[in-house]
Amino acid sequence: MNFKDNKAIYLQIADRIGDQILSGTLTTEGKVPSVRELAAEIEVNANTVARTYEYLQQCGVIFTKRGLGYFVCPDASEKIIAMRREQLMQGEMDYFFRQLKAVGITPTELQEKYQEYLKC
Amino acid sequence: MLSINDLTFSYNKHVGDLFHNLSFELNAGNVYGLLGKNGSGKTTLINLMCGLLTPKSGNVTLDDENVRARLPKTMSDIFLVPEEFDLPNLSLKRYASINAPFYPNFSMDDMQRYLDIFDMGGDIDVKLHSLSMGQKKKVLLAFAFATNTRVLIMDEPTNGLDIPSKSQFRKLVTTGMTDDKMMLISTHQVRDISEILDHVTILDQSKVLLNASIADVTSRLAFRPMREGDQPLFTQPSVMGSLVVVPADPDEETAVDLEMLFNATLQNPDAINQLFNAPKA
Repeated sequence: MNFKDNKAIYLQIADRIGDQILSGTLTTEGKVPSVRELAAEIEVNANTVARTYEYLQQCGVIFTKRGLGYFVCPDASEKIIAMRREQLMQGEMDYFFRQLKAVGITPTELQEKYQEYLKC
Repeated sequence: MLSINDLTFSYNKHVGDLFHNLSFELNAGNVYGLLGKNGSGKTTLINLMCGLLTPKSGNVTLDDENVRARLPKTMSDIFLVPEEFDLPNLSLKRYASINAPFYPNFSMDDMQRYLDIFDMGGDIDVKLHSLSMGQKKKVLLAFAFATNTRVLIMDEPTNGLDIPSKSQFRKLVTTGMTDDKMMLISTHQVRDISEILDHVTILDQSKVLLNASIADVTSRLAFRPMREGDQPLFTQPSVMGSLVVVPADPDEETAVDLEMLFNATLQNPDAINQLFNAPKA
């Protein structure tokens, strides 16, 4: 098991759908696979996928049309980016900074590295 | 749907009860994992659920009908895939045509679809005795799913399957499962099936130590590397340091590691029991 990314399975599936929306594989206002379709495709329990869809609906990423299934919200990409920004700033950044401090990397060094990265 | 009611069972009156007043319920729409050590009574419990053994007292009911009565309407709604079995020396087609009439919802199209999932769709005229043990298991699983019984019980279904078929088996379950069915998978190979379960039932020394949904486990327990100040219910050394099972903080949701959950439950049954019986935070 990969413990570094040990999020609950339903959240891992939510990340996957988020990736697909950001990359354009799932289009805005396009249809999302049904719970059973996705469950069979990724070999995960349907109740877990249903929980993912419930969560994404609460986050305003997908919405349901009665009898037709789930669709991507018009502003889904913005919502996902905002959510990921928050997650990064609150959780992962903290871990990253701790590592930097431990080995003594200065803010200037970090800035240089990041600027270099953005150039390529 | 399937209720185990005050079930007491013994193989031999001189050795005491294997199960004593066991009660729990299995509901439609769920895939249950029945976990337990060797000799913990998993197969006996399965046989009782299917009406193959007679309890000393109590009963197992499917929609309020005692399964031990073995009524046709009950038997046509339960399918058991045992760990070890023999298939007759017939062609697959003949086998299906002889056995399908016992199951009113059997679908030949479904069987073809499930055989395709196992890459065995090519030849329905194949002689069953010419198949390897693993192939026989695939054929029986495809037939079992195609009966569309509401109760499907599998004893160690992934034993003897090769590496690609573990994923195919998961596909079979996620494709074949519907809201009106209940599946129960008894296994030691927890890694093969962990993501297709939505409910775990842990049996030890003839007692149900834990019977909880994965969602419930996720909200009550965390599976992660050890942190300072942790009071773990279970610790396991690993290359990344100690991994622990601890009560989850609010908002902490980690993926359930069934192996660690099982070990934690066996090592610390009282603490787990207390945690799961407490009202949710």
